[in-house]
Amino acid sequence: MSGITIALSKGRIFDETAPLLEAAGIAPVESPESSRRLIIGTNRQDVRLIVVRASDVPTYVQYGAADLGIAGKDVLLEHGGEGLYQPVDLNIARCRMMVAVADGFDYERAVRQGARLRVATKYLRVAREHFAGKGVHVDLIKLYGSMELAPLVGLADAIVDLVDTGNTLRENNLKPVEEIMPISSRLIINQASLKLKRAALQPLIDGFASAVTA
Amino acid sequence: MHNWLLPEYIEDILPAEAQRMENMRRRILDLMRSHGYELVIPPMIEYLESLLSGTGRDMDLKTFKLVDQLSGRLMGLRADITPQAARIDAHLLNRKGVTRLCYCGPVVHTLPAGLGGSREPLQIGAEIYGHAGLESDLEIQRLMLESLAAAGIGRVKLDLGHMGVFRALAEMAGLSGEAESELFRALQAKDVPTLKALSKDLNGNVREGLLALPELYGGADVLAAARRRLPRIDRIDRALNDLQRLAESLGPLVPDLSLDLSEVRGYHYHSGVVFAAYAPGSAQALALGGRYDEVGKAFGRARAATGFSADLRVLTLVSGPAPQLSAVRAPHSDDPVLGEMIRALRAQGDVVMVELPGHEDARGETGCDRELVLRDGQWEVVGLRR
Repeated sequence: MSGITIALSKGRIFDETAPLLEAAGIAPVESPESSRRLIIGTNRQDVRLIVVRASDVPTYVQYGAADLGIAGKDVLLEHGGEGLYQPVDLNIARCRMMVAVADGFDYERAVRQGARLRVATKYLRVAREHFAGKGVHVDLIKLYGSMELAPLVGLADAIVDLVDTGNTLRENNLKPVEEIMPISSRLIINQASLKLKRAALQPLIDGFASAVTA
Repeated sequence: MHNWLLPEYIEDILPAEAQRMENMRRRILDLMRSHGYELVIPPMIEYLESLLSGTGRDMDLKTFKLVDQLSGRLMGLRADITPQAARIDAHLLNRKGVTRLCYCGPVVHTLPAGLGGSREPLQIGAEIYGHAGLESDLEIQRLMLESLAAAGIGRVKLDLGHMGVFRALAEMAGLSGEAESELFRALQAKDVPTLKALSKDLNGNVREGLLALPELYGGADVLAAARRRLPRIDRIDRALNDLQRLAESLGPLVPDLSLDLSEVRGYHYHSGVVFAAYAPGSAQALALGGRYDEVGKAFGRARAATGFSADLRVLTLVSGPAPQLSAVRAPHSDDPVLGEMIRALRAQGDVVMVELPGHEDARGETGCDRELVLRDGQWEVVGLRR
């Protein structure tokens, strides 16, 4: 493929990416939100978008199926980032990776006691490193969604999840107790693509970067 | 249960492909021999300490381990032949002057790398020991380009970097150990936001230098920008001068040459110029190399070293589909005239397959495109429709 392929996910990341794409001179010919197509053309003959699940974006880019991608830091940390450059923080889809527990749960005490915590999360790698860094023993339970339920039904003592406004936590009688890191989306680039197609990619990268700082 | 299934990312190489890979191996090793590189065949397994000497944590994770029943010590299946060649140079050959070594053999990795990544790459490479100057870097880079050309991959892009720049900045900042590794990883990913966070307590011009590195890639104009943006200290000047000389010497050979000052290698043993070759159609580097003067130290004898290696499996993939086999079918016969004719055909390089009786109905499977037939008392080769 001699053109440029950009991997994106639907939803919040796409909504906040659209202005950045526009700043880089790219307009999709149809909206990924309404279209069922997975490959979407743009106003530029040599640029196409592919619409994939958020957590798959780094994989497509790593293997060169896409040259560029836009992926959340949360997804990148789970993926590991192998084979990727991630030069630009796009400052979009901002939220926080947090530890949360049920309202009545004494997190500080549980951590101090050195007991094993049961932690439910979608983000195994992040959770493992966070608790290892604190010197806390944890058993991780992998879940794919509705993490908030786990402490309520006794599946876990704590959860590690993305928190935006905190409304979902509050409505389920949970409280955030620790921020692991702030999260936002990154522009990611396949390493070989940047070497081989630099002339074509550089203006796009610069376009994204200047749209962010502007 | 299918007993014949292979583990993930492990594969057989089947006839047409295997032949092509073998031809490639021979052409490249012959090329290396013609340049004075001596072939070595290090073992598949050896004690872990020696395999991992002078290498980083990445190599440790990549290495399959097992316990030696004879000594009770931990052994590793080699994940890279380079440290083995360095060991041979340092301890077995013990030469004072320059040693040139080449090798080809399988290595095994615990985890696959990249797309179509095998856990059992077939590594081929060449190393020069005992010379610290740019002349040996240049020689090894030229040899890499010629090796790729011998594999049928002519249009490559060469990317040059220099570990000296990052090392000098880390030294100026007084960083070592974990703090240096974190910066190193962020730089590898051109991860500017993380670099900013990690370097926020560093001295002004060191920090500016580090933050400039991820943007210092591209054509030859990168060097001028680097001289403007990086601290003017001797070690960095020398690294930039090295790159300039290499770029000038290699420019005529490689139409597509680029520089990347944040190109730092995962193996912590690299110390000077590093380089990689890319070609369209591959999402990973085809061949990698660089200077690693510090590995010898781990083996007790500091020797300057530079080298490159590639995975023949990847080269085979990139060079396109395998050509169809060409062979001549001959009947089984006691006719001495036929026997002589077959010998003559084989001597001139043709493949002649004698058909064993009883399998005439499966002729299509053999891939023969010609046939020896008796016409008017004369044996002759005629073409077959496939």
